[in-house]
Amino acid sequence: MTEFLDDWGLTLAIFLPLVGVAIMALIPKAEEQLHKAVALIASLAVVVVGVLLVVEFDFDRAGELQFLVDRSWIDVINSRYILGLDGISMPLMLLTMLIVPLCIIYSWNHFPEPHNPKAFLILILVLQTGMIGTFLAQDLILFFVFFEVVLLPMYFMIGVWGGEQRQYAAIKFFLYTLFGSALMLVSFLALYFLADGTDTIAGVANTFDMRALPEAATAVGITAQLWIFGGMFLGFGIKVPMFPFHTWLPDAHTQAPTVGSVILAAVLLKLGTYGFIRIAIPILPEAAIEWAPFIGALAVIGIIYGALCCLAQTDMKRLIAFSSVAHMGFTMLGIATLTDFGMNAAIFGMVAHGLITGMLFFVAGSVKERYHTLEIRRLGGLLISAPKMGWILGFATMASLGLPGLAGFWGEFPVILSAYNPAEGLSVEVFRTYMVIAAVGTVFAAGYLLWLYQRTSFGTPSEEFVNDPHIHDVEIPEWIAWAPMLALILILGVYPNLVFEMTDPAVGLVSELVAAAGR
Amino acid sequence: MFFLENAWIIPSIPAASFFLILFVGKRFPNKGSEIGIVAVGAAFILSCLAGLAWIDRVDSSDHGAEAVTEAWTWWQSGGVEFTVGTLVDGLTVMMLFVVGLVSLLVHIYSTEYVKGDRRYTHFFAFLSLFTASMMMLVMAENTLQLIVAWELVGVCSFALIGHWWEEKANSDAALKAFITNRVGDVGLLVGVSILFFAAGGTFNIIEINTLANEGAITHLALLVASVGLIAAVMSKSGQFFLHTWLPDAMAGPTPVSALIHAATMVVAGIFMVARMYGVFWEGMSIPVANINLLALVGGVTTLVGASLAFVQRDIKKVLAYSTISQLGFMVLALGVGAWTAALFHLFTHAFFKACLFLGAGSVSHACHHSFDMVADMGGLRKYMPHTFRTFLIGSIALAGLPPLAGFWSKDEILAGASQLGGGGNGYPVVLAMGMITAFLTAAYTTRMVYLTFFGEYRGHGTPHESPKTITVPLWILAAFAVVGGAVNLPGKIVPDGWAYRFEHYVEPVAAYFPSVSHPEFQWGFAIIATLIAAAGVALSYAYWFQGRWHGVTERNKLAASGYRLLENKYYLDTLYTDIIVGSVKGPVARASDWVNTYIIDGVVNTAGERSAQAGRAVYTHFDQKVVDGAVNLSGTASSDAGGVLRLMQTGKIRQYATLFFAAATVLAGVLVVIV
Repeated sequence: MTEFLDDWGLTLAIFLPLVGVAIMALIPKAEEQLHKAVALIASLAVVVVGVLLVVEFDFDRAGELQFLVDRSWIDVINSRYILGLDGISMPLMLLTMLIVPLCIIYSWNHFPEPHNPKAFLILILVLQTGMIGTFLAQDLILFFVFFEVVLLPMYFMIGVWGGEQRQYAAIKFFLYTLFGSALMLVSFLALYFLADGTDTIAGVANTFDMRALPEAATAVGITAQLWIFGGMFLGFGIKVPMFPFHTWLPDAHTQAPTVGSVILAAVLLKLGTYGFIRIAIPILPEAAIEWAPFIGALAVIGIIYGALCCLAQTDMKRLIAFSSVAHMGFTMLGIATLTDFGMNAAIFGMVAHGLITGMLFFVAGSVKERYHTLEIRRLGGLLISAPKMGWILGFATMASLGLPGLAGFWGEFPVILSAYNPAEGLSVEVFRTYMVIAAVGTVFAAGYLLWLYQRTSFGTPSEEFVNDPHIHDVEIPEWIAWAPMLALILILGVYPNLVFEMTDPAVGLVSELVAAAGR
Repeated sequence: MFFLENAWIIPSIPAASFFLILFVGKRFPNKGSEIGIVAVGAAFILSCLAGLAWIDRVDSSDHGAEAVTEAWTWWQSGGVEFTVGTLVDGLTVMMLFVVGLVSLLVHIYSTEYVKGDRRYTHFFAFLSLFTASMMMLVMAENTLQLIVAWELVGVCSFALIGHWWEEKANSDAALKAFITNRVGDVGLLVGVSILFFAAGGTFNIIEINTLANEGAITHLALLVASVGLIAAVMSKSGQFFLHTWLPDAMAGPTPVSALIHAATMVVAGIFMVARMYGVFWEGMSIPVANINLLALVGGVTTLVGASLAFVQRDIKKVLAYSTISQLGFMVLALGVGAWTAALFHLFTHAFFKACLFLGAGSVSHACHHSFDMVADMGGLRKYMPHTFRTFLIGSIALAGLPPLAGFWSKDEILAGASQLGGGGNGYPVVLAMGMITAFLTAAYTTRMVYLTFFGEYRGHGTPHESPKTITVPLWILAAFAVVGGAVNLPGKIVPDGWAYRFEHYVEPVAAYFPSVSHPEFQWGFAIIATLIAAAGVALSYAYWFQGRWHGVTERNKLAASGYRLLENKYYLDTLYTDIIVGSVKGPVARASDWVNTYIIDGVVNTAGERSAQAGRAVYTHFDQKVVDGAVNLSGTASSDAGGVLRLMQTGKIRQYATLFFAAATVLAGVLVVIV
């Protein structure tokens, strides 16, 4: 078993969804129940693989890549099929594995217009392959391919199943992200040409091997490093999204179907932040030190600016989308400190944000389905019309504003803490200023979230909805989809070490590289 | 020792009760209230046992007892494991006793007071959660845990203030409470972060305090950290100028006001300063200064609160401002170095103020749920003898007249302000503030008692005395308000074995606590303070009971404008709600959104359109087949999903990929060559 997992575990985790896709491709479109069953089984099979991987994972060596696979792939450019799982990848991989089946269950009885479960579910499964692949790839080209694979399914999901302005939102999402990844690819190629991997694990001069590149890239001059980091910064930064590259996000979220929004918020945004921790910082620590104050500045601007925009929104879903900008600002601030504290908190923040904001989008979707509107002015009294859903929204709101005891807190306070003492080579004064701004951001977060909750859930239902028979409380598929997320938000909030234990050793290696460069 | 080492059980019981009530409470015969009462009762009994165990521990050691700590791994970062645990010492067991007792009485009282409420079960669930969080707060082993519990009590406060959220005024009050507290929490987050690094990377309260005491942390770090923490005290404990949420919080049910917004949660700030006293002692230069920020905040607050209590018509608002004022007293005491006096006052205040709040609730229970003293009350002493007597006892204790509990703690604070501080000169400014407050307190208390219980009944119907579930808790609290002061009687009055028991058992004698000095009881000083309070009662009596000087605000311009200033609460609410929050929610937020739509996104859209135009130009002039794909991809609203779909189907995706990689390679080549 162990041997089998060592060789095939990660590959299975990535490509099992595609097996599901292949089966579904053979089934006629009309067999809807069958499609749902196959998709669910495929995603659950991935969960089983995930559980096995967790069982076999050696947590004492969480800093090392485990279940490593290294096979030749594109020999002409020395790009190899390298997969590996360590403490940084693990939480994000598990998050993805969890979210996908929950999305399938949630959609069970109500696929958005124009229906077509076959196509919709196939897209979700393809998306899953791309997402998990991105978190496991240890070769830049392989990483890039998975990173791009994610784009198309999401593009179609928004463009076909989305709201009224879906085409504009879809193409904007696609082009904007593509623009970033183009520059990212340029950076990868420049690294390939400039780094010297002869004496590393790669054994050749030009390599895309992410294990070898931190050492190999020390040969790259600082100017080139800065440029290369800049390209990656745009590629990852747009995906996060960082201020001022965030404008695709509210449109995409507002127009996307519910599960599209959930996946987008829960996983897709993390591809960017993950890229910083996994690729940009360890490979180019010197450039990272130069760029960090700038990234930190954009992060704290994003925190305040996102919050202010939230206060101006009249649409619930758009408000939640803007809150992502603010929350990812915290994550990016943690990353910008380049410390183990900051990056640990950032990874925790990614997982927490995935669960919490995913949950908020789920509820928003269910509200939309019942009220046929998300205009905040027309909502109100959710606690009367659908009390359980009102409670769930309240819970998610509290988690989102960083209430201690729930997951959101652990992505927020440690970030603020870490900004007090950034990595060596960074200006203490600058980061302490960021710290205070970020702390002030928590006030705004409470403001816009509680105000949203007050307007949607407190009070009494407006006359147009007071006797509406469509407005009913949480249904069974919703419970099944939400219960694991709600439980995890609480469990991780109470005992955060479940995540920190994994990430800390792995992040420690990254921060050591930075510390070495800072001296 | 068992009860000290396993103190974690105490908050766990009400915490479990919260989930139990929330999920199955409605199925119980009393709708879950019995679960809450049993759980809090059990927690209270365990708290008492822990208290006895602590007394035993102190008695059996010669040089003061070390705190009992337990810790478990909670999370890790940077290779360091951080713990969660319990820290039990005299301060903790004292707080556990207060929280447990008041909470239990409030639970019993509430079974009658909120009977038949639409959210009876939820009410008790949140009371349980609050009790658990508050007990967790007072036994926090590290500052991070303190933050967690600090926020949790805040969220309970939010939920209970907004208990009747159907009315917007109530949910507004809840939001105001939460958000104002968040403002102060900025200071808490910053302060805790500074202390974490200043103490070499630890949240451990004992370690931080010990290092601060030993002088191992720079004065500057302690100063900045304590200023940050004071901001948190200002919001949580209703200190000027972040106190404005507390009067509004009276929108919640009265038992909640008694428990959370008078006796326990609002003293969290006081507790935190007391807990981190090593930090404040050095950071605020308490032993050598004659004025400092902490004392000043307390002094100003106590005056502001007392003056505003005068102009309220609503009995709960009088008590709310009175609470602000009394909390200011405690902060003042901590600021001048009278640690024990502050905690002693916390102890006595919890009982008499809870007694007064519950009494006010009992009164309103009789008067058709009105709290308006002027319109709906008066003359109630005839109808509600038990409520009247207990309320009177609470009022005398609040006014600080001997020999009730409030007198002893107040006197110790004022004595501290006059004797401690640099060169033994005391803190003259805050002493004056404290004296004026003593006068004002006595006066507004008299006014409140007059308006409620004397004169003619002004409401409609016939008021009735409340049932035993309400009056028994009132009598218990009144009894504590009478005898509570006995726990710390001065040595000049009682034999040594009886004197200063509170100080002996509560005040830590350990490396983590600074060597505080204690004010001496002086007969002359105590008599003066009593006379000042008596003068307040007398003047107020003359005005209200005998009707002298009525109409002064109409005749005198200065008095009129003073009254208006007070009526408008020093215009702070106008400043916060209308000017600051109003502009952020309105113009500032809209401006950000405008920038987002028209500038940042405008750039993106323009870029998209321009490239689409460029694409179209290229398309018409150059090779159509190859560039076709790029055009479709760089189009904006004009393109549609079909475009890309078509690309895929016709195999152009490969062209795109080739093009893409080629372009990237060229660009990378350029980059490599240039730099």
